[in-house]
Amino acid sequence: MQVPAPFEYERATSVDQAIGLLERLGSSARLVAGGHSLLPMMKLRLANFEYLIDINDLHAELGYIRLSDDEVRIGAMTRHRELLESDVLAGVFPIFSDAEKVIADPIVRNRGTLGGSLCQADPSEDLSAVCTTLDASCVIRGPGGSERVVTMEEFHVGPYETAVADNEILTEIRIPRKNFKVGSAYAKVERRAGDWAVVSAGAAVWLDQGRIVDARVGLAAVGPNTTGIPEISAALRGHEPDESLYELAGAIAARSCDPATDTRGSADYKRHLADELTRRTLRRAVERARS
Amino acid sequence: MQVTMTVNGTEYTREIEARMLLVHFLRDVLSLTGTHWGCDTSNCGVCVVWLDGEPVKSCTVLAAMAGGHEVRTVEGLANGAELDPIQEGFRQCHGLQCGFCTPGMLMTCRALLDKNPDPTEGEIREAISGQICRCTGYSSIVRSVQWTAAHEAAAAAASKEEAVAP
Repeated sequence: MQVPAPFEYERATSVDQAIGLLERLGSSARLVAGGHSLLPMMKLRLANFEYLIDINDLHAELGYIRLSDDEVRIGAMTRHRELLESDVLAGVFPIFSDAEKVIADPIVRNRGTLGGSLCQADPSEDLSAVCTTLDASCVIRGPGGSERVVTMEEFHVGPYETAVADNEILTEIRIPRKNFKVGSAYAKVERRAGDWAVVSAGAAVWLDQGRIVDARVGLAAVGPNTTGIPEISAALRGHEPDESLYELAGAIAARSCDPATDTRGSADYKRHLADELTRRTLRRAVERARS
Repeated sequence: MQVTMTVNGTEYTREIEARMLLVHFLRDVLSLTGTHWGCDTSNCGVCVVWLDGEPVKSCTVLAAMAGGHEVRTVEGLANGAELDPIQEGFRQCHGLQCGFCTPGMLMTCRALLDKNPDPTEGEIREAISGQICRCTGYSSIVRSVQWTAAHEAAAAAASKEEAVAP
């Protein structure tokens, strides 16, 4: 029987009350949302905390998907299933439903949350790659109602390490919308259904009169963090999308990433996947932007 | 710490360790051993129960997190001696072999049919994709769900006819 080491359990009733608890308990405390990443790590003693603060009751406060003309705001407690089932979100950024279909399994998706996934900061985590692809910002709230907004690059400090301090909570993700035709897509190679990615890629493309005004690619599992690749964006901007352009982007992805050889595959194989998945997701994103 | 939750309609209050997982609370504290305990890593799905009506893997939920909430286990499916149609479906179509995955499969498939009374084969397979049948009885599990869906559709049509009849 695997159970976590002993800890004290506290239940938060509001964001500010949770921050108050964090302030009082310091680094000996950890927030638990869905718990489907944290609890397995605690069972394996990869993580140990004296206090767990359960924030599931904050779903009413932090579980939402809100659309405006210039951005999409998603609350950190929004569960995977809600992201998958949101027609509004799929209408604007289908990359979310692409990714959610391959995250774990339907039952795990009932519990896991967007904020939990991002705060886990696993280099092969799918939603981090999605948010990187979409140039999302992370809203972090601290004591006294203070709020700061950081980019995905700033948010992920390293593997399993984020910019969220001991007395702060990630409350919201903001994704900018641009006044162009947009398409997005996500693809993952995994060993079996619901597994962590061997490699995965997200792509988003914005078109104006058939030309790419902006394009972004985010890769997971091929470096210490999910990786955005500015060189691809630079190479694609201003061009009309075609196969040779996807090929170029794939080649850049393959040489820009930093995969490790492990039980999931060799570094060479992962570079090959980064290339192929970049091409596929860009192709699909462009199809969607045009349709 | 003290935890109070409703399981299959009955409220229980017990003194537990905060680190106790829901699966162990159900099995070891309440002696509801219908819920099985398998891989411990959220992969195999034998521990699936409902938390506020939604399937969850109870090896990855703290009992404390279920405090104040409603849990339903496989023991709560049958109505006395009368099997739930999903249980009858598994019986009719040989949806179980060794039976180890069955409680979790039943809870997931019941939840699927409540949401989607006429699922395609693909939808059934997707719904149970987080669960492992060691006997590889997936085809008969799929047939069991299809049997149940057809059975419930027929029963609903019959009761509608009865209601309309003079």
